[in-house]
Amino acid sequence: MSLNRRELLGGAAALGTAAMLPKAVMAAGTIQLGSILDTSGIFDAYGKPMDQAMRLAVKEINDAGGLLGKQVEVAAYDTQSDMALYSQYAQQLTRQDRVDVVHGGILSASREAIRQTMRKTKTLYFYNVQYEGGVCDRNLFATGVTPAQQVEVLVPYAMKKSGPKVHILAADYNYGQITARWIQKFVEDNGGEVVATDFFPLDVSDFGSTITKVQQTAPDLIVAPLVGGAHLSFFRQWAAAGMKDKIPLASTTMGVGNEHKVLTPEEGNGIMVAYNYSQELETAANTTFKEKWQAEYGDTTAIHELAVSTYQGIMLWAEGVRKAGSVERDAVIEALETGISIDGPAGKVTIDPQTHHATVDVHIMEFDNQGMTVIETLPQRAPIDTQAVCDLQTNPDDNTQYEIEI
Amino acid sequence: MDLSFVILIEMLYAVASLVLISAGLAVVFGMMKVINLAHGEFMMMGGYATITAVGLGVNVFVAMLVIAPIVVGLIGLIVERLVIRHLYGRLVDTMLATWGLSLVFIGIATMIFGNTTTGISTPIPGFAVGDYQINGYNFFIIVVSIALVIAMFAVLRGTRAGLIARGTMQRSDMAAALGYSPDRIYMMTFFCGSALSGLAGAVLAPLVGLVPTSGGAYIAKAFITVIAGGPSLIAGLVSSATSFGLVSQIFTFAISPVIGEVALLIAAVILLRMMPQGITGRFFKGKM
Repeated sequence: MSLNRRELLGGAAALGTAAMLPKAVMAAGTIQLGSILDTSGIFDAYGKPMDQAMRLAVKEINDAGGLLGKQVEVAAYDTQSDMALYSQYAQQLTRQDRVDVVHGGILSASREAIRQTMRKTKTLYFYNVQYEGGVCDRNLFATGVTPAQQVEVLVPYAMKKSGPKVHILAADYNYGQITARWIQKFVEDNGGEVVATDFFPLDVSDFGSTITKVQQTAPDLIVAPLVGGAHLSFFRQWAAAGMKDKIPLASTTMGVGNEHKVLTPEEGNGIMVAYNYSQELETAANTTFKEKWQAEYGDTTAIHELAVSTYQGIMLWAEGVRKAGSVERDAVIEALETGISIDGPAGKVTIDPQTHHATVDVHIMEFDNQGMTVIETLPQRAPIDTQAVCDLQTNPDDNTQYEIEI
Repeated sequence: MDLSFVILIEMLYAVASLVLISAGLAVVFGMMKVINLAHGEFMMMGGYATITAVGLGVNVFVAMLVIAPIVVGLIGLIVERLVIRHLYGRLVDTMLATWGLSLVFIGIATMIFGNTTTGISTPIPGFAVGDYQINGYNFFIIVVSIALVIAMFAVLRGTRAGLIARGTMQRSDMAAALGYSPDRIYMMTFFCGSALSGLAGAVLAPLVGLVPTSGGAYIAKAFITVIAGGPSLIAGLVSSATSFGLVSQIFTFAISPVIGEVALLIAAVILLRMMPQGITGRFFKGKM
């Protein structure tokens, strides 16, 4: 048989189309959930438990009979802590796998790398991480806590325990800068004064001179939104200088990736934090969650704030699908915008229709022997920072990350 | 008065830590002309060796001052036998090979210790100077650096081994003609250089949160210090560490830690523009 080039190309194209068909047909029987997380590389301490939480949530949904009578199938990609892989896998998830929803992204940079792809391909996107706030995009739901939610409760508590003069030590990138502004605002609102603010690049690990400077300003309290392994050195050097019992510390970041388990009790005890989740939360929902995790993975030590946010994000999405009776994007968004809520391991989580962020319970905690003891629970704190700039009800076409001016 | 004493200690500490993190590189790069981009990873392994040994119940000072240098020195020895010895005299090739090694070490450390931050607490308590609290461990670092410089000087200047090593670095063919095996001497020198890097990593470990990628934070400063120091090993190390330590601390106290880091880099650029051969290329000529 003779074959010219044109016929060959035509044939190949036809074959290619045919090869793609079964996947689309198969997908009709299940619901596809895309997940995109760093489960290897330098961010795997965050990403691995998030991946486990995602799989646990999906398993639970499927064991209870699935969604709309269909099983949920996971398409997960490991981005290896490499931002370039985010855009690549986002294309794969949206154009090839054609998933119904994507959960994932850890750093703000990774979220921004994939957000526009999700928006363009009309794929619903859940970002389940504590972050600096301000993203206003109808296609996106952010279910983690934002700085104002934490700072609003943490600062008055810490100031009441110590005094009105506050020194801020923050990480030098958008999260730290924005959080520092919120700290300043709430310190002043509560009748206090910020005596100094210092910013540190992420690789600074020597805080000797800083500790001397802090003693010069002699504050009553230090609030430290420091980030990452290098910055952990501050807490260690602070304790080594014998300062820990002289000036109290509060932080909005310490412990998110279970860092408090690295510090010895002498270094960590008494540091004040405010989060959505603590392993030490004594609620029925948290106990059952930990039991389920134990049964699935054998060890609960890895569970952290971000993992629980991921779990809650998936449960919120599932609730939205049930309410909408469909996985179609606009129907699910409308269902979620009715102000849906679920009871997660960290308490009640409600979608705020105006911002697509979450209203969550915030717990004030203190480190105690490498655990986080809950001191006080403040129920249902709204994402007031994002609410100040974002209104998707009146402006549904918004597609910006606002830098919140205070 | 108290404040000036505290600032003085902080400055000495800054100089001492620069000496410490650069000493191993000064031997490997300064003497042997091997651009060791895995220097930071040798330090990182020194830190992990200490933490592991302490976890096994070894006294923390023994772990830092004995075990870590030996462990990292032995790793250096293996690396030298397998990779580096084939590349002596090929400056750019050593750079590529050691960069690859640094990635390998980060990978291995991640596999063994995981990618989470670990650490030990400082073994020396802080104490008060007037109204100020200072970190007692800073004194330990200052003492270790001074002892290190004296020991390096004594070995290189005072012992026959030091003389042979220096001679071999200058003219390996002449050393060979006199009956010494340059291969052996290079091997031992690399061992010593690695052990010094391990020591530095170990001594700094209680001050930081250690992750497998921690080495990256040291490598730039170590190279800047060694290159700005110039051809004389010890005089160069001490003079450039002193200049950079003082500059960065003055700006840190006067303005902020970020400006301190910036000032250090600007000082390095200016210094190398004015003295391309390093400080000891112009001053202290012919000293060690």
